[in-house]
Amino acid sequence: MTAPAISVRGLTKRFGDRTVVKDVSLNVARGEIAGFLGPNGSGKTTTIRLMCGLLTPDAGEGTVLGHDILREGRAIKRRVGYMTQRFSFYEDLTIAENLHFVAGLYGMRPVASVVRDTLEDLGLSSRRDQLAGSLSGGWKQRLALAACIMHRPDLLLLDEPTAGVDPKARREFWDEIHRLAADGLTVLVSTHYMDEAERCHRINYISYGELVAQGTVEEVVRNAGLTTLVLTGPRSAEAARLLKGAPGVEQIAPFGNTLHLVGANGATLRASAERVAAQTGTQLAPAETSLEDVFIRLMGDARDNVT
Amino acid sequence: MSRFFSFGRLWALLTKETIQMRRDRLTFAMMLGIPLFQLILFGYAINTDPKQLPAALVAPTQDRFTRAMVSALELTGYYRFVTVGATAGEAEEMIARGDVAFVVTVPSDFGRRVERGDSPVILIEADATDPSVASGAISTLSTVAAEALSRETGEEAQNALNAAKQLSVIVHRRYNPEGITQYNIVPGLLGVILQLTMVMMTSMALTRETERGTMENLLSMPATPFEIMLGKVMPYLAVGAVQVVVVLLAAKALFDIPFVGSLPLILIGVFVFVLALVILGYLISTVARTQMQAMQLTFFFFLPSLMLSGFMFPFRGMPVWAQMLGEVFPLTHFLRLIRSVMLKGADAVTVAGSFGALALFVALLAGAALLRFRRTLD
Repeated sequence: MTAPAISVRGLTKRFGDRTVVKDVSLNVARGEIAGFLGPNGSGKTTTIRLMCGLLTPDAGEGTVLGHDILREGRAIKRRVGYMTQRFSFYEDLTIAENLHFVAGLYGMRPVASVVRDTLEDLGLSSRRDQLAGSLSGGWKQRLALAACIMHRPDLLLLDEPTAGVDPKARREFWDEIHRLAADGLTVLVSTHYMDEAERCHRINYISYGELVAQGTVEEVVRNAGLTTLVLTGPRSAEAARLLKGAPGVEQIAPFGNTLHLVGANGATLRASAERVAAQTGTQLAPAETSLEDVFIRLMGDARDNVT
Repeated sequence: MSRFFSFGRLWALLTKETIQMRRDRLTFAMMLGIPLFQLILFGYAINTDPKQLPAALVAPTQDRFTRAMVSALELTGYYRFVTVGATAGEAEEMIARGDVAFVVTVPSDFGRRVERGDSPVILIEADATDPSVASGAISTLSTVAAEALSRETGEEAQNALNAAKQLSVIVHRRYNPEGITQYNIVPGLLGVILQLTMVMMTSMALTRETERGTMENLLSMPATPFEIMLGKVMPYLAVGAVQVVVVLLAAKALFDIPFVGSLPLILIGVFVFVLALVILGYLISTVARTQMQAMQLTFFFFLPSLMLSGFMFPFRGMPVWAQMLGEVFPLTHFLRLIRSVMLKGADAVTVAGSFGALALFVALLAGAALLRFRRTLD
């Protein structure tokens, strides 16, 4: 059981003549919460489907939980819990009926008590006979998670699990993920929320089908080698206008009365910023580069590669 | 738990499918209501041996022979004389307009010829635009005419009557001497109704999962293609069983169809037929991408099978190539089987060929469906 939970190399998937996943290699250690990030349409969902046997890769190889992804799809399905992006349990079945169905498919015994325990953990015992389709987004997400971990999988694949869920429910969801990981469950979660990325042990950034950054949050930020400056003052809007297209300035993002400036070349960025700060009477100060700054930079790079 | 088949998993699938089927109220009501509705509608409406057809009489001399003739024709039930004194021209117009289906012309020398024993002639013109309309009415003619005349001329014509009776053996209809259409239609309707509902319902089985986005989840769980197929089709076997009971009871109660053959044999035949249908529907659902496509494929299949199976038109009356095409429809073999057993009292050996054909359909369709089943979302 020392093999990594996920170890895949060179995964490639094409739909027609469009390559959706390009040569992706990924390692996820057991018990780790791995974040899978990238803009919409970057190939996150496809990569996750390749790993749980829902899609066959055109190239690449690897293992999930020690099972070959090409030949042992059935064994992988048994040990993996996959929560789809869209709620994909049966809306015309009640909560309890959905859980009975899942418990039955995984051959859990005795089904009735497994379902009862799950309902109690969920806090849905009193609503067990409500149709799943009538639940709110947050409750659907909780039901889906409960159904995915009912068979005690070793690996949990979550595809944008918190889309359309309010902040409090998101917070509770992540607390639950950390509790499960502490018990030894490995989690691969895709998201495009930065705060969620920061709650992962390691992150993998994918853009246009290619993995472009990997590591802990600190590593990813450090490796990006970006300099971030903040301009503060009432005339920051005017400063933004003046800085547009200035040498070394790659990102200009207003936050209230402040202006975040990001660039790869620290010296040029600082020179431009100091000039504009003097013109507009704004205060210039160095700042921490955030993960978001890095991702926006990565997205820009990838787009440059495409065009 | 076995790798490829487990009763636990099948049970989970069956429970889920049954609940979903029951919860879709409208569809469920349709599945139970449609058979009865169609049976009553078609059972009473379709009649390939229509009676009480309007007729016109052209008879310049209304003597006793003519009157005897007319009343004899009316007694057959096929003819209903709407005019008895039309001129040839008026009658011609009426049949052209479609007001009457027959024009019966009794020439003015008819009575004289009968009395002289000089072969009398009656002209019957039938509107044969729909051949089946007239066939029954015409086939009774010679008997009726001879009967009517013998009553009027007395014993002498007794021999002629006998001869006429022997002649009528040609139109004698075996297994259904009175030519009651329902005997033929109702067992056939059982097949048609089962085919429509079973194939259409199961053709949605997988496309519905795909359209609702639940397929992705189902495939990520450890159910095998065989289990999924059984889980999808078996609940419909139960629905089919209910339909069969409804139709057979109605056949007995409403239409008084004779059950000459063995009931167990009929039921086994129906079972194999329904099995072939639900698996056919399932096969369609592995091919179709959307429920709309599934529906179209079902109808694409439904119409030719209805036309070429021998339900609507006599199978042996079709050209050989059409008969060969007809053999590829389960309905064709089922119709042969059920008509043989129900109406002719055929035993298992006699209908073994039809049974074999249906069983072959089940095996081939199930094999094709399992091959077609997409285990992945590719």
